[in-house]
Amino acid sequence: MAERDAYGEEQQDRERFVVRILLALVVLAAILLALGWRLSGLQVGAHSHFTTLSENNRLRVEPIAPTRGVIRDRNGVLLAGNRASYQLEITVEQAGNLDSLLARLRGYLELSEADVERFRRGVRQRRPFQPVLLKAGLDDETVARIAVSRHELPGVEIEARPLRFYPLGSKFSHAVGYVGRINRQDLQRVDGSAYAGTSHIGKSGIERYYEELLHGRPGYRQVEVNAQGRVIRELSVTPPQPGTDLTLTLDVNLQQAAYRALAGRDGAIVAIDPDNGEVLALVSAPGFDPEAFVHGISQADFAAVRDDKRRPLFNRALSGQYPPGSTVKPLVALAALDEEVTTAEREMFARGYYQLPGHERRYRDWRREGHGRVDMSRAIAVSSDVYFYDLAHTMGIDRMVPILGAFGVGQRTGIDSTGERSGILPSRDWKRATHNEVWFPGETLITAIGQGYMLSTPLQMADFTAALAARGERYQPHLLRAMDNGTGEPEYPLPVTREPVVVEEKHWDAIHGSLVEAVNARHGTAWGSVGSTRPEYTIAGKTGTSQVFSLGEDEEYDEEELARRLWDHALFVGYAPAEDPRIAVAVLVEHGGSGGRVAAPVARQVMDAYLLEGAGMTLEASEDE
Amino acid sequence: MISVTGREMSISQWVLRSLRLDSVLLVLLSILLLLGLAVLFSASGESVVAVERQLMRIGLGVVAMLLVAQISLHGLRAISPWLFVAGVLLLLAVMWVGDVGKGAQRWLDLGFMRFQPSEIMKLAVPMMVAWYLSLRSGRPRFRDLVVTAALILVPVYLIMQQPDLGTSMLVGAAGFLVIFLAGLGWRWFVGLGVAVAGAVPILWSQMLDYQRQRVLTLFNPESDPLGAGYHIIQSKIAIGSGGLYGKGWLNGTQSQLEFLPERSTDFIFAVYAEEFGFIGVALLLLLYFAIVARGLWIAALAQDRYARLLGGSISLTFAVYMVVNIGMVTGLLPVVGVPLPLVSYGGTSLVTLMVAFGILMSIASQKRLVNR
Repeated sequence: MAERDAYGEEQQDRERFVVRILLALVVLAAILLALGWRLSGLQVGAHSHFTTLSENNRLRVEPIAPTRGVIRDRNGVLLAGNRASYQLEITVEQAGNLDSLLARLRGYLELSEADVERFRRGVRQRRPFQPVLLKAGLDDETVARIAVSRHELPGVEIEARPLRFYPLGSKFSHAVGYVGRINRQDLQRVDGSAYAGTSHIGKSGIERYYEELLHGRPGYRQVEVNAQGRVIRELSVTPPQPGTDLTLTLDVNLQQAAYRALAGRDGAIVAIDPDNGEVLALVSAPGFDPEAFVHGISQADFAAVRDDKRRPLFNRALSGQYPPGSTVKPLVALAALDEEVTTAEREMFARGYYQLPGHERRYRDWRREGHGRVDMSRAIAVSSDVYFYDLAHTMGIDRMVPILGAFGVGQRTGIDSTGERSGILPSRDWKRATHNEVWFPGETLITAIGQGYMLSTPLQMADFTAALAARGERYQPHLLRAMDNGTGEPEYPLPVTREPVVVEEKHWDAIHGSLVEAVNARHGTAWGSVGSTRPEYTIAGKTGTSQVFSLGEDEEYDEEELARRLWDHALFVGYAPAEDPRIAVAVLVEHGGSGGRVAAPVARQVMDAYLLEGAGMTLEASEDE
Repeated sequence: MISVTGREMSISQWVLRSLRLDSVLLVLLSILLLLGLAVLFSASGESVVAVERQLMRIGLGVVAMLLVAQISLHGLRAISPWLFVAGVLLLLAVMWVGDVGKGAQRWLDLGFMRFQPSEIMKLAVPMMVAWYLSLRSGRPRFRDLVVTAALILVPVYLIMQQPDLGTSMLVGAAGFLVIFLAGLGWRWFVGLGVAVAGAVPILWSQMLDYQRQRVLTLFNPESDPLGAGYHIIQSKIAIGSGGLYGKGWLNGTQSQLEFLPERSTDFIFAVYAEEFGFIGVALLLLLYFAIVARGLWIAALAQDRYARLLGGSISLTFAVYMVVNIGMVTGLLPVVGVPLPLVSYGGTSLVTLMVAFGILMSIASQKRLVNR
């Protein structure tokens, strides 16, 4: 009985067990289906999503910086190039004991506390297989010595990086500009991704204006990396497209001659080819060392340059706005002829001062005793202020402004560089808009001699002088002569013409004659310094004096008494040869005093350099490269 | 083939029988072990050394299985209580003199080898509970529940103190499954469910903020992508990018390029899923299901209650291992550190599992002997 009970119980227990097992199997099957459902969701449903994530994990795109285009002068002389700069890097995982390695390295090069500090910071931030910079800017000898003993310096690598250099330094600092380290503002004006592998960017001048061309297009390297970021293999490479090489219109010889002609004085010289608007020389003195910015200038050094009283960073040629003084007289005269206010032949007696009818105030001539009887040509040659006061009074401001505007006074030329300012061409409308005042007749008088509100840049003066020389034909002043992107023949952009100044031919003849007279006649303002020395070709030009501050009606101007910084700026604009102009020049010597005495000889030296010695000096200059 | 080589088959059958092995289970296990070695070769970055070491462990496991298969059910049953007592004593010993490995005290150094006493408990607990319940008859009553709960909870508590949440859970599950298979009444399950549901909010209110944060991270690892979430995010990327057909053996970028952490141990399933795709995954799940089903089949035909309960528990615990690991790797369950059974790299768990299958073999052969 008990046995049967036991047997029955065993049977019951076994059945119960089987039920539980089946139940467990059903639950397990359900769970496995749920897992399968989950897995199909991941592997089939969200497959593309996870494939993207997986590719993002493993693929990295590394930029390859393009080589920056070089800049040459019109003769092919290098103005801005790339030079290898060597830096020492250490890969920690290969280096062994860092302290002893650093100690050994001190036998090869100077290591400052700051270098070591920065290096140790880098080691902490980067992974052991990534090289960390120890010191940049190694000289050739150090590089050679380290290269020879590389087996004793495990993990040490010398990396060569291209760095901008300017063989002619400060003489071209304003014309060419410079590159510096990319900062946040720079990244706002360029496509940041194109600069991922680049450290420097054009900051001023040509370097900045043609940044896009010079920079080129970066290449990319697609690599496979592991979880630590170590590159496992390279999958594809798109090589970078190097920057375009630029050839400028500038002439190295002329630029250097112009720099020399200033002889250490502060000022600006712009020389333009009147036949096409090519800028042959663009000098602003003093210049600065552009390479200081490439290497990263220290705060103290930068402050010293910035606060220098001579303002070396200021580009006088493009950004400097000065009263153009008597250099605008030929333009005013041309306006009067065109408007038929007067004729070239009409004479007047020029006293030492001028009075508006019914006014007491005397507008003084620069020459106390006056110039006597003058016609238009003589008035320009002797630079009679009174003649032009009278002319301006007869003509009125409204008939004077359009021609000055047609020559580009008060407008940016649009030269392919940075920092150009517009100057000011005053008019009734301008005065109402800016000063909210009516125009006074006296202001017409001083405008006619380039003083008062009128402001112009040396570039603008050279530009209108070129237009005068070319009988009204106007070309866009430009610095770029040719572009070479390495894929074929260099490309020469055509000169851009602008709206010409159209007047009767005889008027041009009259003005040209007066400008020749100003230099080559005994009574001309540039006779003493230029004409009397009998240059080998005919120079036409006009002197000018740019007032730094105005004198009262009865005050005397005495150069000796005034502090030099209050001296007037000396100006000269001119072109040569007069019969077939090949070069137009504007010279400004800050606080130079008399235009005839100071500025005209400078212009003459520039013209000599271009017209007389041009061919011979090209070879000499090539040696600088 | 069967007709031609019938004689050979009978020889191999004879060999299997004399070694007291279940042929179906043996074939299924062999497939899984070989597959595991192939995946390990890929997951370890094609390391021959890792495969050789794993092969040695498998050899050790096979020997252990063969030896255990020779033990009679009578003998197994007789040593059950002693094994349990010894295991508990060893756990206590670990608390006092254990080795610290990976921040937890789990190892006992015996001079010639180190081992984890908690591994013994994976088998000792179900053996003990089965032993106790085989002394009783009928459905477990309240008294039985109290006794077995104590037998289970004491080692579970000790293992949790090490701390080793994953193993303690598996040990608990192994013991609990015995009670379940013995036919514990449904009302007890309901009561247990209610008790757990009631305890959760109370526990939650007792916890400090940072502890709650840890629990939340456990269940939502994506909220901590660089810490606890990194594993699971990379694992899901590996599995998902595998697609339907997989990237191919040795071609899984997530594992080969080391984005996937713990790729040869706890997360080896993700390597497999990345390289063999959903089709491979489905086949693997089927293989696991077949092993569990075969184990339960053996248990159902077992000689007595002890063998039945023990065999069933071993089979279902194996299933729990697999489900918890895959659930964890696919982001359905919190990461608790349970290896993929018989595939993950690592010795102790593999040997324990092979011993468990040795017990199943023993149960299978002795049922058959009785039937004859």
